[in-house]
Amino acid sequence: MDLVEFQGKQLFARNGVPVPPPGDIARTVEEAVTSAERILGGGTSAVVVKAQVKVGGRGKAGGVRLARSVEEAREAAEAILGLDIKGHEVRVLYMEPASDIVEEYYLSVMHDRVNKGDLIICSRQGGVDIEEVNRTDPDAVVKRQVVPSERVDGLSRTVALEIVTQADLPVEVRESAADLLVALFGAYLAEDATLAEINPLIRTPDDRVVALDAKVSLDENAAFRHGELAEWRIDGIDGDDPLETRAREQGMQYVKLDGDVGVLGNGAGLVMATLDVVAQNGGRAANFLDVGGGASAESMAASLKLVLSDPAVKSVFINIFGGITRGEDVARGVLGALEQLGEFPQQLIVRLDGTNAEEGRRILEEAAHPSIIPAPTMQEAAALAVASARSAA
Amino acid sequence: MSIFIDENTRVVVQGIGAQGTFHAARNKAYGTQVVAGVHPKRGGGRWDELDAPIFSSVAEAVAKTGANTSMVMVPAPFTKDAILEAHAAGVATIVAITEGVPVHDMTVVYDTVVRDGGARLIGPNCPGLISPGKANVGIIPADITMPGRVGLVSRSGTLTYQIMHELAQAGIGISTCVGIGGDPVIGTQFLDVIQAFAADPDTDAIAFVGEIGGGEEQRAGEWIRDNIPDTPVVGYIAGFEAPAGKQMGHAGAIVKEDGPGGESAAEKQAILAGFGIPVANNPSAAAALMIERLARG
Repeated sequence: MDLVEFQGKQLFARNGVPVPPPGDIARTVEEAVTSAERILGGGTSAVVVKAQVKVGGRGKAGGVRLARSVEEAREAAEAILGLDIKGHEVRVLYMEPASDIVEEYYLSVMHDRVNKGDLIICSRQGGVDIEEVNRTDPDAVVKRQVVPSERVDGLSRTVALEIVTQADLPVEVRESAADLLVALFGAYLAEDATLAEINPLIRTPDDRVVALDAKVSLDENAAFRHGELAEWRIDGIDGDDPLETRAREQGMQYVKLDGDVGVLGNGAGLVMATLDVVAQNGGRAANFLDVGGGASAESMAASLKLVLSDPAVKSVFINIFGGITRGEDVARGVLGALEQLGEFPQQLIVRLDGTNAEEGRRILEEAAHPSIIPAPTMQEAAALAVASARSAA
Repeated sequence: MSIFIDENTRVVVQGIGAQGTFHAARNKAYGTQVVAGVHPKRGGGRWDELDAPIFSSVAEAVAKTGANTSMVMVPAPFTKDAILEAHAAGVATIVAITEGVPVHDMTVVYDTVVRDGGARLIGPNCPGLISPGKANVGIIPADITMPGRVGLVSRSGTLTYQIMHELAQAGIGISTCVGIGGDPVIGTQFLDVIQAFAADPDTDAIAFVGEIGGGEEQRAGEWIRDNIPDTPVVGYIAGFEAPAGKQMGHAGAIVKEDGPGGESAAEKQAILAGFGIPVANNPSAAAALMIERLARG
């Protein structure tokens, strides 16, 4: 999961990575004003009002503003709250005491999918798009692969110093930048991060280095080592979609989409393929939902309930390939789920294939449930589901 | 022939709980030699369902039974150690079915077992592999396919079954089907499997099922163009409708926002088309493409 800036800074701070003095979270203009009064009253000359969204480029989109007075902070909060940044609506602000900036650098540690390892990236050019720097001036970007022993022993200060020196960070800040890199790498490992990026890393007038921004992604598969990551889920940012939050709580793989055909199936790949086939038949899926391997009546009922609770859903496409789970068991699972759910207006188009699919389809046909339309292939089922959604709309 | 597993495969199972026992028994019923189970506290006992001995370590299982392949079905928090243990015991082929293994764990495993160790690791987060008529290691349903000459490689489980099933209904069998898994760090890549198929005299054609995220499909495609341009290869990439920034079930199935590009299904399809490899818009169309391609000869 991706953290927003203020969360990334909390994570940095507890791992010894220097960050600016703590600020406040604001969800309303009033909260922003109260925070600005506190920060400006404390002797800081300015406060930065920053949109907390999980997408890059918020500065360019007008999501970051400097305010030198409470009135300016109010105006900034009014302008930024509700702003749409690349499809992400701003609902949370981070109010931070402004830092004095002498220079800006770039520093990150990230999982490198291509090389199946970890990569440290450092550049003297920060506060700008690092990909762009890499294209136009690749020599200005130092990249170093992490070696296996460093995953056990941590990054040595000597190596960290080599990296910041190679990146040509000024002599005055090299020692403190090396310390910061050692701490950043430690945080990356200890917190099971797949990305820990500081852009910009700033030099202050007294030659300290401070993480002015923080972009952190955590590995959800490692949640068992970190209290299930619940501490990072906050109102207004996660739970962008209430159904996704509910699904997560029930351990389901659910993604809300913008169409009207509800989709559920067994296996992530098969469900992705189902979305594709619905689109190729002129419809749009309302969601992605992988019910997993078993397709028991209980898991089917819970999944169906979730899909049907989305008011946008006008028809439901249940796509099951019976592997080890036999067709007759899947069919009984669907029928059992309907008994638990009671009545609902949407039609369920059920496509069963694979092991004992004929037997499963026969069970569905004999049950003659008014809500169920059996279909033999994915294509036919998709066409039926799209047509059913249209006629219900 | 086939790749990675065959009639000489001797399987030790790590993780002999209900799931492990259920699938190992199916594998054995198919004719796979499942020779031992491993459990730290049940060593010296008998694995009744499999009529096989239980050892307290993989090393002991290998010494006593000549196991050469491990099936790992332990829970995610223990998977790293289980794979490392199998490797240290000299097991050459390790099939990790477990879902939800942390990326940092897999980075260590990849370095030790694959990059430096030279072992064949399949998965994790995969359905395993089957060489029809010879051996089945993992959770792939065996009765929807049959022996043949098409190699199948896939990042997805049920989607693989779908294509295998459609090919079987058209009378087309499989040499080996390998589910490589849906995680960002997996032991065996698309390209590894395709190179193995290219070297296998009994595989004449290759079908693949990719997904959004990463760039392994493209790497494999480039190699195919440069090395086996005359081999029939067709595929499907799942997730044409997947929005950017959303993880679609599998940990690796995500088109990153502000990402490196080339991760969406449409981009992968276009890149592979540039290498002369047709990518269908859905799984049925991919099976149909293969059927048509083989009929042309």
